[in-house]
This record gives sequence, C-alpha cells and structure tokens, in this order.
Amino acid sequence: MNLDAALQTYIVESRELLQSMEESLLRLERQPDDADAINATFRAIHTIKGSAGLFGLDDIVRFTHVVESLLDRARDRQVPVDDRLTALMLDCGDHIGHLVDTAAGEQPVDPLALETRQAALLERLETFSPSSVPRVTDMASLPIERDVVVARDEAVPVGNGAWHISLRFGRDVLRNGMDPASFLRYLATLGDVISTTTLADAIPDAADMDPESCYLGFEIDLRGAASKETIESAFEFVREDCQIHILPPNSMVGAFVGLIAELPESIERIGEILVASGAVTHAELVQALAEQEASGGEPKVGEILIEEQVIQQTIVQAALDKQKQVKEHKAADGKLVRVQADKLDALINLVGELVIAGAGAGVLARRHGDGALQEATALMSRLVEEIRDGALRLRMVQIGDTFNRFQRVVRDVSRELGKDIELVITGADTELDKTVVEKIGDPLTHLVRNAMDHGIESAERRQAVGKLAKGRLMLNAYHDSGSIVIEVGDDGGGLNRDKILGKAVERGIVAAGASLSDHEIYQLIFEAGFSTADQVSDLSGRGVGMDVVRRNIEALRGTVELDSMPGVGTTVRIRLPLTLAIIDGFLVGVGEAAYVLPLEMVLECVELPEAGREAPVHRAYVNLRGEVLPFVRLRDHFEVQGQAERRENIVVVHYGGRKAGLVVDRLMGEFQTVIKPLGKMFSRVQGISGSTILGTGEVALILDVPSLIQQAAVRESAHIGLFAQGMADRASVSVQ
Amino acid sequence: MGALIKAGAMPAAEQQAAAEQRQYLTFVLGGEMFAIGILCVKEIIEYGQLTVVPMMPESVRGVINLRGAVVPVVDLACRFGRRPAELTRRTCIVIVEVDNDGERQDIGVIVDAVSEVLEILAAQIEPAPAFGARLRTDFIHGMGKVEGKFVIILDVSAVLALDDLALIGQMVAQDDSAELSQAA
Repeated sequence: MNLDAALQTYIVESRELLQSMEESLLRLERQPDDADAINATFRAIHTIKGSAGLFGLDDIVRFTHVVESLLDRARDRQVPVDDRLTALMLDCGDHIGHLVDTAAGEQPVDPLALETRQAALLERLETFSPSSVPRVTDMASLPIERDVVVARDEAVPVGNGAWHISLRFGRDVLRNGMDPASFLRYLATLGDVISTTTLADAIPDAADMDPESCYLGFEIDLRGAASKETIESAFEFVREDCQIHILPPNSMVGAFVGLIAELPESIERIGEILVASGAVTHAELVQALAEQEASGGEPKVGEILIEEQVIQQTIVQAALDKQKQVKEHKAADGKLVRVQADKLDALINLVGELVIAGAGAGVLARRHGDGALQEATALMSRLVEEIRDGALRLRMVQIGDTFNRFQRVVRDVSRELGKDIELVITGADTELDKTVVEKIGDPLTHLVRNAMDHGIESAERRQAVGKLAKGRLMLNAYHDSGSIVIEVGDDGGGLNRDKILGKAVERGIVAAGASLSDHEIYQLIFEAGFSTADQVSDLSGRGVGMDVVRRNIEALRGTVELDSMPGVGTTVRIRLPLTLAIIDGFLVGVGEAAYVLPLEMVLECVELPEAGREAPVHRAYVNLRGEVLPFVRLRDHFEVQGQAERRENIVVVHYGGRKAGLVVDRLMGEFQTVIKPLGKMFSRVQGISGSTILGTGEVALILDVPSLIQQAAVRESAHIGLFAQGMADRASVSVQ
Repeated sequence: MGALIKAGAMPAAEQQAAAEQRQYLTFVLGGEMFAIGILCVKEIIEYGQLTVVPMMPESVRGVINLRGAVVPVVDLACRFGRRPAELTRRTCIVIVEVDNDGERQDIGVIVDAVSEVLEILAAQIEPAPAFGARLRTDFIHGMGKVEGKFVIILDVSAVLALDDLALIGQMVAQDDSAELSQAA
C-alpha cells in the first residue's frame, strides 16, 4: 500500500471528522447538556490524534492531545460546557484544520502565524485546566474509568506499576502497509517502555514462511500516565486483525498472561470489555466463565457477574452500550464505499455513450422491421435507461451537508455583525448532482452573507417595527419540474425599490424615467457593478456580489430570481438542473434539422390551426382552450430555408411559471439526451445550450428555451419599436 | 553545406520535428492551391452528415459527429470572403487541431479537394505579399515555392481564431436586427 495514499485518506477523513465535530459543537452550543454531541466531538478529536500519531504528524498530535484532555474533562462534567468552551473548541477545530492542510502540503500556511495562533489557543485552553489537582477524587465517582484511577494511584504500587500490553500482529499487517515497529515507536511517546519482548514463535519453517506475512508478537511493559484509551488508540489501525490486550498497572499480570492464550480472541466478547474497562479483574472473570461453563453456557457473562454482585448493573449497562455502539459504527461503515470522483465520471461518460449506441441500435431495428429484434432493442434500451438513472444517482448527494456548513457561517457572521440570527434549514434531504453541489457553495455563501448583512435589520430596529429581535435566515430546497430550487430567505426589511431604481439610473443601467415592474427592479441588483449598500462593510457591499452570483448560476444552466416584500423579507430563488450530464429530451424536427427540448419543459403538443398559419407576421399567438398562447416559429427564428410542411405543430413549453409555444415541423418523440458541449465557437449563440448525438450519428442541437423565447421577444419589441419609429419618420416627412 | 552541418548537430527528435515542420498538406479551394502545416492536421474525412447551427455566420457551416465528439466545421472559402464552397464528390473535411489560449480544440475545415503532402524548405518560403493575394495578410504564413509555382501557406491559428469566429457570429446576429429594421 502506498503510504501517500494512506496519508491522503487520513487527510480526507480528518477533514470530515472536523466537519462533523463542528456540527456537534454547534449543536452543543444550543443544547449544552447534549451528551451525544460532546461525545461525538471527543471521538472526532480522539481519532484525528490517534491517526496523526501513526503518520508521525507530531504537531497535530501535540495540539490535539491538549484539546482532547479538555474535552475528556468536559465529557465528565468537570468542566462546564458553555459558550466559552464551544467557541474555543470551534477555534481549535479551525486550527487543527490548518494543521491538517499543512500536513497535506496544500496551502502554504505561514508557519509563524500558525504558531502564534496555536500559542494563543493553548493559552486559552490552559485557562480551563484544573491547576494540576490530582484527578483521583473525581475519578473515584466514575467506576468505568477505574483503570485510570489505578494508574494515578501511586500510593499503592503493585508489580512494576506499568501497563502490560500483549500484542499479536495479524498476518496481513505488512500487506496492509503497516509497520509493526512504528506502533512500538509511537508507544514510546506515551510513556517509558520498560521492557519489550519479541515473540517470534509463530514463524514457521523457512520453506513455509511467507515473507510478506507478519508472524510477530510483542509483550510490552509501559510506564506512564497515559490512559487506556490513549494506548488503545495507538493501535487504532491494526485493531481489526490483531490481538491486543492492554492490562492496567497492578493487575495480576502473571495470572493474566497464561489466560490470554486460552481466551478465544474476539473484541466483542463481553468479558473482555469488562476487563478492558477495569470493572472486573481477570480472576473474577475466570470464575464467572467457569460458572458459565458449568451451567451449560446459559446465562450471559454479565448476568452471572450481576448475580454474584461483582459489579453494579450500571457498569454492565455501560459495557453493553459500548458493545452496541461498536457494532452500530461498523454497520454504518459497511454502507458506504468511497469511490474516486473521476472513476464515477468515467462511468457516467461510458453510460452516456451506451445510451447513444443503444439509441442507434433502436433506430436500425425499427428500420429493419424485424419484430423480435425491435423487442430486444426495446428491452435493452429500458435497461440502459435504468443503468443511466442508477449511474446518475451515484452522483446524487443530499444538499443537507452543504446547508449545514452554513450553521457555522451564520454563527460567525452574526457575531461579527452583532445581530442575533438563527438559521432554519428545510429540505435538507433534497438530492442533486455532486458537480452542482460543489459549484453552488460560493454563490450560496454570498447570498447568505448578503442576507445577514443587508437583509436582516439590527435588533433595535426589528423591535421598533414589532418583529422578534432574533432574525431568521431560511435555507430551503425542493424539486420542481426536473430542476432543483434552492431558496435563501430572510425576514428582514426587504429591498428598497426606490433606492435600487435610483442607483440603477445613477449607474446608467436603466434610463431615467423608465417604468419598470417591481420584479424587474429587483432583478436589477444582479446587474454588474450594482451595490446599494451605503457603507462598504467587510462582508458585502463592494458591488461585485450579485452579478457574480448570477454568472455562477447561469454557468450551471440555472436561473436566479428574487422576491421581496418591504418589511417582510427577501427570498432569492435559485433554479438549477438536477444534473449536468444527461437529460430526458423531446425531439422535434424543423426542415432537415432535429432539435432537442428538455422534456420536463414540454407540457403538450397541439397541431397549429390553419388560422395560426395564415398571417404569422401579424400575430404569433393562438387560442389554447381559452388561453392566449404566444408562440415562436422555429423555422422563421432560425431562418431555415425551404417551405414549411403541410402540417405544423405547436409544442407547449413552460418555464419559470410562464407558457409559450414553439412551432415545429415534426414531432419525433422522447429521446435520452447526452449533453455534449458545443465549444467556444458557439458560446455567443443564444437559444442553444448544447448538442447531442442521435442514434443515426447525426448531431442535434439542444434548445435553451428561456433564452430562445427571450430572444424572440427582444426581436419582436425591436421590430415593433423600429416599425413605430418608421411610421413616425414617415409622418414627419409627410408633414414637411 | 552549412545547412547540412547544422542538421547534423541537431538532436534526432528536433531534427524530426523540423522535418515534419517542413511538410505541408496541400489542398485545392476555388481552383487555388493552399497549404497547411502537417503537424496540426489530425485527419481527413469525407464530407457528410453536417448539422447546421442556426444564427451562425456562413463561414461556420455547422457541426459534425466525429466518433462521439461534436466538432465545428468551417467553410474556408467563406472565411476568405469568397463564395461558399460547392459540394462535390471530392469535397473533404480536414480536421485540424487549434491551440486557443492553451485550450486545444478540433475544428473541421471544408476544402474542395486534398492534393498531397509536400516538403517545402524554409528557404523556399517567401514572406506574404502586402496585397494581391486577395486574402487577409494575417492569414498567410508565407508563400511556398513548389515547382516554380506559389502555394499560399496558411497560418491556421489566425484563420481559425475562435474569438474571431465567435465574434462574427455575434455580428451576424446584430446584422439580423439591422435587416429587421430595414424590413420594417
């Protein structure tokens, strides 16, 4: 195994752990008595530290150790969990993040700044420390940790006063890229290794020996103040396939050694957990085991021990809980497979090609007219469709993770601004393509910050207008006709219509005296170089914001809209396609060419009535069951040569809450469309968003319906405007 | 002789590159002979199955499917400001690779007929005339002398500059509205 790869895994895992730790801390901030949250925080730090030791990342080990010990005490309620603690822990988390970045060699962080920050954090951590009061008294009330008590209780030294660790490495340790010696070296950092005995008994004859297998075992005596968990964590990475026994100091070491060999090795064994937590001694366990055997193995070990009143019920419960946790943890791990993104992309590309090839086979089969063949290709194309959906689903992720990241942003920014703002998240389980998720983060951050800075008023002002002092920021997501809608809302003062219009006129974006609807005015803030903030704040108001947001979203083939009610709040609505790779398309023909419409936009198809064909120049709308439906003739719009066919059809499309018709020659049915970018040469062509390859090998263009219709509307209004101008000119000429 | 010595001093790879650089693909367009450096030519395919992209200038004929990739096709005659190439049995599409701001893109070029691959030594390439070639001078890399005749060697990156082509597309769109206004 490549150690670099292992380190990469460590870095990825650490970042995830830090992320989950942050979430736990934010939860803790709201509910300081949430035991799960503090435990989760502790576990995250603990794992980061343990693994860092394995890679020799001493900086991380040293710092996380301090953090861990504070968390440990917070967990035991020796330190109150309050805002001061969670704030410090969040900062520590950030710092560990920087340390991990440094280890990854990704960001050249200024080492001096890092050190200064670390020193400051350590100082803050120090303020929590219990001025080196011996922990014995505290520990006495915590029977589970009794082994630690023993470790500290130096008044009664028994034996050599050291931990005894029996280690039997698994055969595959070397193959898994682990160096047994590294574990021993790491142990040495935890305390003084008094003695190490290497057991090579398991090595078979040279002929049978596999040089890639590990046959070694060690008996180690370690003296030091390290806790059992710390020692265990040293073996975190080999725990699975190794036999590890850690016996606390002043246990009856001699009696143990013989027993270990006899014990059927299994981590999940109840007895072992009990022994591991120091609740029973081995001797008691042996007796219990003997009794269990005598009674035919019926009662469980724990029950016997309770019967014998060797331990208290609570301790057994704790041990059982722990056992359950281990099991659940393993189950959760088993459900996830880490896959490299590029492998997934390659698969999706291939599926795309498969879709095209399948469509080609279908076309050939239909041309052939062989029934059985058609049936076979139909079956195949259905399966291909399922594979496509499955492959795309692999890339789908819930937006919740992205949303949750804003908890921290909202917390930090609201403190910075001195506003009390809560974040309300809904629709966190809405799924969308991973590539979209990755690109949506920046625009969302911008919108969130904007809403907090400009949208939500100060507490005094809110109270003055009779609102709750606490502002609300809403993040919402839902699916709507083949796209995902993400909403960023606030309950602030809303947009100032007149101020925006004034600014737009001042900047020359809008001509003075132009009459615009409220909606149009609100859209103005997405224009380049527009910012209404009177004061440039640190967060936003530099006037480079919203147009960048709009550009980013349009690059994802999305749209952005804004609703605002004075005094009630503002909602920015982002509409994005679910995926960027494949769409369900509807194939239409105009002249020789075929075009693809996104199927989710198509409402229905109707024949263009004779009346609609007669005078297309004068009017371009039809009566659709009493509704006025404006239409665009693609043949005219694209200036296709030749005569229109005898019958034409209207495809009724809807987009952004509006309806329109597209007049085409032929309707060719549904088509799975693998999107191929058209390249830079066509970047300025409006109304076409991409291309695809049909089953026949021909290229078909994908229509960008909103921009197409918008373009048609612009053309028409230009036409009318010029026409009116022409009339006026003519009129003036005649007057002269 | 001097050239020989120079050639001998060159490392093999460079020598090969230099040799290839001297090789040009010649083709006929409107009865005239043109040449492009062989290094940028990827392949030559038969003309067929072209999809027209609306609202693009005449010089951009459309797109084709080149084994799963969508490749734009440029009508070179139109690009040179001449009448669009007429399609015959010998009409070909030459696929060339263009480097655009570090981004490589394949573009197809319609030519009347492909002739041959010629070797033209650097010494036999004259600079472009100031006028008279009936071609934008920045399109011309040089005039190669082949058997006493001149062959126009094209500067492919200038002829197929994407920004230029895309810009023409925009101008056409503007012309459209201008035409509309005239119609009105």
